[in-house]
Amino acid sequence: MTYSGGDYDVIVVGAGHAGSEAALASARLGLKTLLLTINLDSVAMMPCNPSIGGTGKGHLVREIDALGGEMGKNIDETMIQCKMLNTAKGPAVHSSRAQADKKAYQFRMKQVIENQENLLLKQQEATDILVENGKITGVMVNTGAVYTCKAAVICSGTYLKGRIFIGDVQYDSGPNGLFPAMYLSASLEKNGIQLQRFKTGTPARVDAKTLDYSKMIIQEGDEHIVPFSFETEKIEIEQVPCYLTYTNKETHQIINDNLERSPLYTGDVVGIGPRYCPSIETKVMRFHDKERHQIFMEPEGLKTNEIYVQGMSSCLPEDVQIALYRTVPGMEKVEFMRSAYAIEYDCIHPTRLKASLESKEISGLFFAGQINGTSGYEEAGAQGVIAGINAAQYSRGEQPVIIDRSEGYIGVLIDDIITKGIDEPYRMMTSRSEYRLLLRQDNADLRLTPIGHRVGLISDERYERFLKKKAAIKNEIERLEQIQVKASQENNVILKELGSSEIRHSVSLGELIRRPEIKYLQTAAFDPQRPLLHWSVVEQVEVQIKYEGYIKKQLLQVAQFKKLENKKIPKAIDFKAIGGLRIEAVEKLQEIKPTSIGQASRISGVSPADISVLLIALEQRRRSNQTEKEEGENE
Amino acid sequence: MEVLLMNEDTIAAVATGMGGAGIGIIRISGNKAIEIGNRLFVNPKGRTLDAAESHQLLYGRIIDPIAKKDIDEVLISKMKAPHSYTAEDVVEINCHGGIVPMRKILKLVIESGARLAEPGEFTKRAFLNGRLDLAQAEAVMDIINAKTEKSLEYSVAQLEGRLSEKLEELDQVLIDILSHMEVNIDYPEYDIEDITFQFIDDEIKNLIKKIEDILAVAETGKIYREGITTAILGEPNVGKSSLLNTLLMENKAIVTDVPGTTRDTIEEYINIEGIPFKMIDTAGIRETDNVVEKIGVEKSKALLNQTTLVIFMRDISKEMSDAEKEIMALLKNRKTIYIANKTDVIEGKEGEIPDPWIPMSLIEESGIEVLKNKMIEMVYEGNVSQEADYLITNTRQIQLLEKTKGSLENAVLTMNSQMPIELVSIDVMEALESLRGITGKTVGIDIINQIFKNFCIGK
Repeated sequence: MTYSGGDYDVIVVGAGHAGSEAALASARLGLKTLLLTINLDSVAMMPCNPSIGGTGKGHLVREIDALGGEMGKNIDETMIQCKMLNTAKGPAVHSSRAQADKKAYQFRMKQVIENQENLLLKQQEATDILVENGKITGVMVNTGAVYTCKAAVICSGTYLKGRIFIGDVQYDSGPNGLFPAMYLSASLEKNGIQLQRFKTGTPARVDAKTLDYSKMIIQEGDEHIVPFSFETEKIEIEQVPCYLTYTNKETHQIINDNLERSPLYTGDVVGIGPRYCPSIETKVMRFHDKERHQIFMEPEGLKTNEIYVQGMSSCLPEDVQIALYRTVPGMEKVEFMRSAYAIEYDCIHPTRLKASLESKEISGLFFAGQINGTSGYEEAGAQGVIAGINAAQYSRGEQPVIIDRSEGYIGVLIDDIITKGIDEPYRMMTSRSEYRLLLRQDNADLRLTPIGHRVGLISDERYERFLKKKAAIKNEIERLEQIQVKASQENNVILKELGSSEIRHSVSLGELIRRPEIKYLQTAAFDPQRPLLHWSVVEQVEVQIKYEGYIKKQLLQVAQFKKLENKKIPKAIDFKAIGGLRIEAVEKLQEIKPTSIGQASRISGVSPADISVLLIALEQRRRSNQTEKEEGENE
Repeated sequence: MEVLLMNEDTIAAVATGMGGAGIGIIRISGNKAIEIGNRLFVNPKGRTLDAAESHQLLYGRIIDPIAKKDIDEVLISKMKAPHSYTAEDVVEINCHGGIVPMRKILKLVIESGARLAEPGEFTKRAFLNGRLDLAQAEAVMDIINAKTEKSLEYSVAQLEGRLSEKLEELDQVLIDILSHMEVNIDYPEYDIEDITFQFIDDEIKNLIKKIEDILAVAETGKIYREGITTAILGEPNVGKSSLLNTLLMENKAIVTDVPGTTRDTIEEYINIEGIPFKMIDTAGIRETDNVVEKIGVEKSKALLNQTTLVIFMRDISKEMSDAEKEIMALLKNRKTIYIANKTDVIEGKEGEIPDPWIPMSLIEESGIEVLKNKMIEMVYEGNVSQEADYLITNTRQIQLLEKTKGSLENAVLTMNSQMPIELVSIDVMEALESLRGITGKTVGIDIINQIFKNFCIGK
């Protein structure tokens, strides 16, 4: 029996990292929002590593925060260790990574959701999407309730027909022993959404009291923590260390001896797994020359003994897992609390999505997170914010918010998956961005907070603060270019002490800071009138002055990119009717339906010659439309 | 993908066939056209292109502004936008047709900031800027298609050679360097060897050296692709092979002997004052055709069809044979240089040799300079022409290789100024993109693939 459960503007299916952000964004924009989860205890659950951030991923979290999302604040509140990676390199690739207290992370997010106005969180399994005339009209759940809606966001993670593999032990399951969602796949397929199978895996969780850390190398957090959220002023916590150890020949021998018992090699696992999260057996097989592999012990929280064994993901049978873990120094007596497993799940083809993350097949139906074939909490959260914003925009009849490749990693992520398609789970890396120097984690607010404010996720109050910071940066840069440093003996002594060369005539202080060896903070002696500035302003001033030349170069590239992006391709265009396009190009263009010449040029299989032909066809079209219009006016 | 489609930059090309007419035109279109013209043009009365009226011809010289070297006497004109073929600012340089000065001027124009135009690009711009009507649009599309197809075919053919192997090698090294850099950036905590600037520096300097080598090879490689097809005809033993050997031996720029278009000829390449000639050695004909001692008239005919210039040689000490008369009849309407060889045998009677025969003695090494001058003269007079398309394709490739090299040199500079690795990677990435402009491959996913292939990373 079904019954009417009520009407919502936006329904979000799944309350993981994508779903939480989507629901919060929608509700914060004032839309009546329902968030469905298969289990209330798994809201914002981290079924794999207990950390947020890392290269590229840390950038995403900062961007989510700059737009008005929750992830940054959530990890700031619940982290137990934090590290800035890549500090030996330049600012563009500095990336924060924090170890989270998993349960604390979940509880905090759940509480924020529960306390959010316009938002209702419910434990129900979505089984059907309801579609009329190509538009989403509602969602049905396992208890028989039918909710009507204007828009829906599917964030089903790895739950859709989830299947777990531990050697020859195989069963239907969601992550972490939760129930799988066995029905929604069929409903999606019935409504024309094609699915594919992907795979991912996770290592065992072991009992800390059975580990001998004295045989491992301690990994501490940073002394000074840089928060993820631009709203967090300071984080002062007692940090918990991680530990590093290594596999050895014995470990590898056990793997080699038992390979035939791995479902990866027996062919039982059909889903495609990510190359950047290889199982230990894959690492040993593919890189057999490597004598040892790194293994990190990462605590899952403050109130648990569970330790996440990073680097030891596996789907070998449990007995083999235990044996091979016990070969590792410090793990000789290790006891498992949860075994490593591989999980296979249904996901969609993201090329079937628009840049707003709305389905090309069904209006008002949005997708975000792992169902789009991505991997990672941060990637999921990033899509969640965008899908949530755009579901809200759709419900209220407004234009979608689209972030392009030059504005953020979020734009790179979405454009990559919808334009290039994916054949394995997609993970963000800084090398995926063409404009890495511009898309720094330190300037995510400068890039995206205006967008967040325009759409309504950033409060006026926060925006005011942001504008003040922006002005402070501008003023200080201008001020530094004004200040002249004289070529006095006294000044040259200071320069020498800083390991820099002497000056022969006066130069601006900006010019001095442009020298790689000189830091802003070291130049106070030249600058008695220096104002007291917030560290985040100083950071921007320094980066913008020091890398000015390179930043300008990238800005020029961006200008070129924008021109191609702004050359729009009309929706109604029939690529088949354009003479001169190669067949392969026509097929690809028909499938992706790019909205701009820029997007078209990124599709593999579309050549520069095809783009030329396309440009001419567009111009032809524009002119014949103009002629018709003129003729119409004459009549 | 290096997309240069949006009429943003300034383009240039030779608008007339290379060596075709008495006067050659280099056309420059785009917002930097006038600036570039100004930079290179010098008028005796000090008039500048900038100040000149639109559509007015100015007389003067093109000077290499860096080397301060005089290049050619020219007539120059500017057409202000939108009153030009492309509806952009256009500058046309009318120069003395010979490919040497023309190529030099084109090179200067490019060094001054223009980019070499793609085939059909002036016409495409004209259309996109509203200069052509709808009916003409179809034709434009055909041009672009045809030219692209043709140049594609051409590049593919060309890329099958040694050059392609070399480029592939460079590509691999670049991808390798980039993947080393990127893995260090994206996977800082994995126990992969830290990439050192020393390593990148060594690798990049190696690469620059390799590109310089390829540029040198490409310079000579260009000859056999663009060369003016020249055949030496004549009866056996009149000295054809000796002439060819003399020309070849003098020439340091011999590339290679690749099999000719027909099985029984051999092609050799020579370079006279920078002008390439593709010499077809008919010696091969005789060798494979040893039943008949003479040059078959039919064979000569077939050969003439592929030849732009003919050098007909006879032994002046002998009476003209019937076969020679027959072949000379065939040569009536062809660009031919006539050589009277073996003047050493008829000592003292050289004066009796009538025009247009050039007296020559290969034994005494006389007459060779006269022949070479005649060959050059015929090119300059427009008596022989060569395919302009090929030259363009090739110059474009060289330009891209030079750009690749430039980016790599920038990378070294970036490193030397102690900038962080991700800035160096911007330069290296630019280098890869320029290189890929030649092969037409897109960059994208290759580096990530290489990372996963070479490094064991991931949680």
